[in-house]
Amino acid sequence: MTAPLLEVHDLNVDIPMPHARLHAVRGISLSIGGGEAVGLVGESGSGKSLTLRALLGLLPRPARIASGTILIDGQDVTGLPAHRLRHLLTDTMSMVFQDSLTALNPVMRVGDQIAEGPRRKLGRSRAAAHATAVELMAKVGIPDPERRYAHYPHELSGGMRQRICIAIALSTEPRLILADEPTTALDVTIQARVLDVLGRLRREEHVGLLLVSHDLAVVGQTCSRLYVMYAGKVVESGQLVDLVTEPRHPYTFSLLRSVPDPDRRVDRLLSIPGQPPDLSTTVVGCSFAPRCPFVVDACREREPELLDIGGRDSACLRIDTAEHWTDMVAAEGVR
Amino acid sequence: MTAMALDPLEPAEESSVVVRSSRGRWNATLISGLVLFGLIVLAAVCAPLLTSYDPIVQNLGQAFLAPGSPGHLLGTDSFGRDVLARLLYGGRTDLEVGVFAVVSPFVIGSVVGLVAGWFGGWLDTIIGRIVDIVIAFPFLVLVIALVFAMGPGTTSIYTAITLVGWVAYCRIVRGQVLVAKEQEYAMAARASGLPTWRILLRHLLPNVILQAFVYSMSDIVLTLLAIVTLGFLGLGVPPPNPDWGTMIQDGQQFILTKWYLTTIPGIAVVLVGIALALIADGIVDRTNR
Amino acid sequence: MRYVVYILRRLVSLIPVLLGISLIVFFLIRLIPGDPAATLLGTHATPTAIRELRDQLGLNRPLWSQYLTFLGRLIHGNLGFSYFYDVSVTSLIGTSLPVTLWLLVAGVVCTIVIAVPLAVLAAARRGGIADNIIRAVPVAGLGLPVFWVGIMLILIFGLKLHWVPVAGFGNSFPQHVRSIILPGITIALTLAPILIRSLRASMIEVLGSDFIVTAQAKGISTARVVLGHALRNAAISSVTVLGVNIAYLTGSTLVVERVYSLPGIGQQMINSILSRDFPTVQGITLVFAILVVIVNLLTDVTHAALDPRVKLA
Repeated sequence: MTAPLLEVHDLNVDIPMPHARLHAVRGISLSIGGGEAVGLVGESGSGKSLTLRALLGLLPRPARIASGTILIDGQDVTGLPAHRLRHLLTDTMSMVFQDSLTALNPVMRVGDQIAEGPRRKLGRSRAAAHATAVELMAKVGIPDPERRYAHYPHELSGGMRQRICIAIALSTEPRLILADEPTTALDVTIQARVLDVLGRLRREEHVGLLLVSHDLAVVGQTCSRLYVMYAGKVVESGQLVDLVTEPRHPYTFSLLRSVPDPDRRVDRLLSIPGQPPDLSTTVVGCSFAPRCPFVVDACREREPELLDIGGRDSACLRIDTAEHWTDMVAAEGVR
Repeated sequence: MTAMALDPLEPAEESSVVVRSSRGRWNATLISGLVLFGLIVLAAVCAPLLTSYDPIVQNLGQAFLAPGSPGHLLGTDSFGRDVLARLLYGGRTDLEVGVFAVVSPFVIGSVVGLVAGWFGGWLDTIIGRIVDIVIAFPFLVLVIALVFAMGPGTTSIYTAITLVGWVAYCRIVRGQVLVAKEQEYAMAARASGLPTWRILLRHLLPNVILQAFVYSMSDIVLTLLAIVTLGFLGLGVPPPNPDWGTMIQDGQQFILTKWYLTTIPGIAVVLVGIALALIADGIVDRTNR
Repeated sequence: MRYVVYILRRLVSLIPVLLGISLIVFFLIRLIPGDPAATLLGTHATPTAIRELRDQLGLNRPLWSQYLTFLGRLIHGNLGFSYFYDVSVTSLIGTSLPVTLWLLVAGVVCTIVIAVPLAVLAAARRGGIADNIIRAVPVAGLGLPVFWVGIMLILIFGLKLHWVPVAGFGNSFPQHVRSIILPGITIALTLAPILIRSLRASMIEVLGSDFIVTAQAKGISTARVVLGHALRNAAISSVTVLGVNIAYLTGSTLVVERVYSLPGIGQQMINSILSRDFPTVQGITLVFAILVVIVNLLTDVTHAALDPRVKLA
């Protein structure tokens, strides 16, 4: 069995600030195989975006990787000097950002921005790079790509721009695309189209996808496997189907309940009460305890480890009660 | 010469020059600037105490003494006048005019800007046009032309600088007012039915004046430069009153051998410039904590 | 083609400003106490000459009528007659303006050559030693008297080292270039600090943008990211700052030309002031203002050319 494309072990990302040190990513581990579509779900502030940036070696100042290992094709790359590391990482992966307007150079034609990767990194000639760009634009579903090549970002709609960003991500022939909330800024119909493009590309080009989102619906549409993050940690992971039908962590459970389901009649929309914890302090016990509907005293004393519960992982002391969670919540009324 | 006039100051998450201590009311930049400026002003004000020489009286027998000669720390010029004395007394003249010449452009420009920004409409358009016209003339050219027209002397200098210099303040304050107008406190004041002049003076002014004040620091330098330049061209404070500009001009002919006659006054000007730039930066750092 | 239309539109909107400039210049002479005609004639003022000139200028007519005459003559390119030099002001300006233009171009070129690398370096290595040193430059540079800098440069490079001529403009193209280097650098030393400060700030802001990360994620070299992506964007706002300051700095040509004995309009203006040749002073003041207006227009056009988001309509 070949090594997974990307492996991350115990990654820690710190942000030293003047008044405190934010421990934003607290020892997470991931694994993605070639051609897989994996989702990374969590609220804002859960550390998911920083994880992506760390994977490319592009953490914004002053954030930095405090510890952890990153393996590409089974090879440990963490020790490499920054320059080489970034070179290697960008060979394998590329990224799509949430805000396509700020992610694009406003004074450069969109076609040129797509062609830049092939031209500069892959060493193609100007004409060949141009042709590649047009080809990619067609692949991501942009009509009339030859003409659109010369347009500037502000002249395109949000959905088009996001597709340009995807084309840019594809231009360096990556094996894995990291997508950070790629559809959050788009409205629902466009969202569906962009996700469609991503899905199609994955199947046709065999490019892997690591999709970060706070929106379960988005992740549900594209990914087969899921990691759920809370307060800088992975609290549950496994096959999408399993997580959605039988969540084994209260956070996942609460997330699912807060998504309005047209088939299920509810008296009111539930949201998860409370706030995510302050990442500058070390939390004693489980970070989700203050907001957890199933919390017991033990949860506040010991931090639950991420345990393999048969093909999937969960970090909760109350896993054994998981089958009854729906009933427990209904019995307690609104919680 | 009034470069810097309208360029936005540095974004302030920066810490101060060289020393990373921009937090707090008194940061290193502000302090060093104030100290330097204070020393210079002190030296100029205390000129009679610091030197017993008369900066004007000629003493040809003592001409061209090198710096470090007994009794003459910085030497003497072509007329035997002590350079240090001329430097100090010249500083008096230049600094005095430099600082005070900024006051009326500041006041007039700010008031006009306040009014233009607040009332808007045709008043703003007209004032805007006038500003455009005045700004079309290079600062120095217009000042020189005006001084020329009005005759040499300190009054002409003050008048010329006022006539030309108010526009920068007008623009700055107007810009600030346009922003402040939309703020809640301004709208609240308007709604409360207070008389307009009261709103402008008591509520708006304190909030919009900061940028203008910071600019005035660099404006003092620019005005100083203008005065020194006028002196250099022979259009400034009439001789034999000492002035850094005329000192530089006088020393020019002897540049090969007595280069210090020209260099020293120039360094004095540069020092004042550094001091005021530090103060301006310090204020910016402080307000943007 | 769009640019031509843009420029024409701008020129049209500038008409009020141009009129205002002419108004100020018109009134300049009337600030001087005494008879304007006598002032204009200077030492050539005889009662007959004065009477003739008064007729010619229509000084006996109401002020607005005088202004219209003045304006009329201006439009025909008639800037008056220099009684001191015994030639038309227009021809005086015609011979000296090119020198000043050389100086301005040299100044801008030197400024860009000095300021851009320093600003980019400071921004790219922010917080480092280079950055701190470079940041100190604008602080020291604010108070540099242009003419003093010129004298110091002449002292070092001209008189002590004999690298460049210290006066005059020369008679041939190569001589022109040699003569204009030091003056250009002099101007640059006063203009560069401002550009450094502004460009560095823009670069830092741009370097924090998302599209820089996108560019980096493509795996292209850091140099290309900094120069091709960051600088191209940062330059846009700095062009405006540079343009505004060039406009202001055209005034410093006065002293630079004096210090370096360059026969440009600045030098001419000072000579005319010292010889009380008022028509020339008036004419040159006007030309300076027009120069500034043109520089501002060029700045706007350059800005529009660099930034595709600017609507030329």
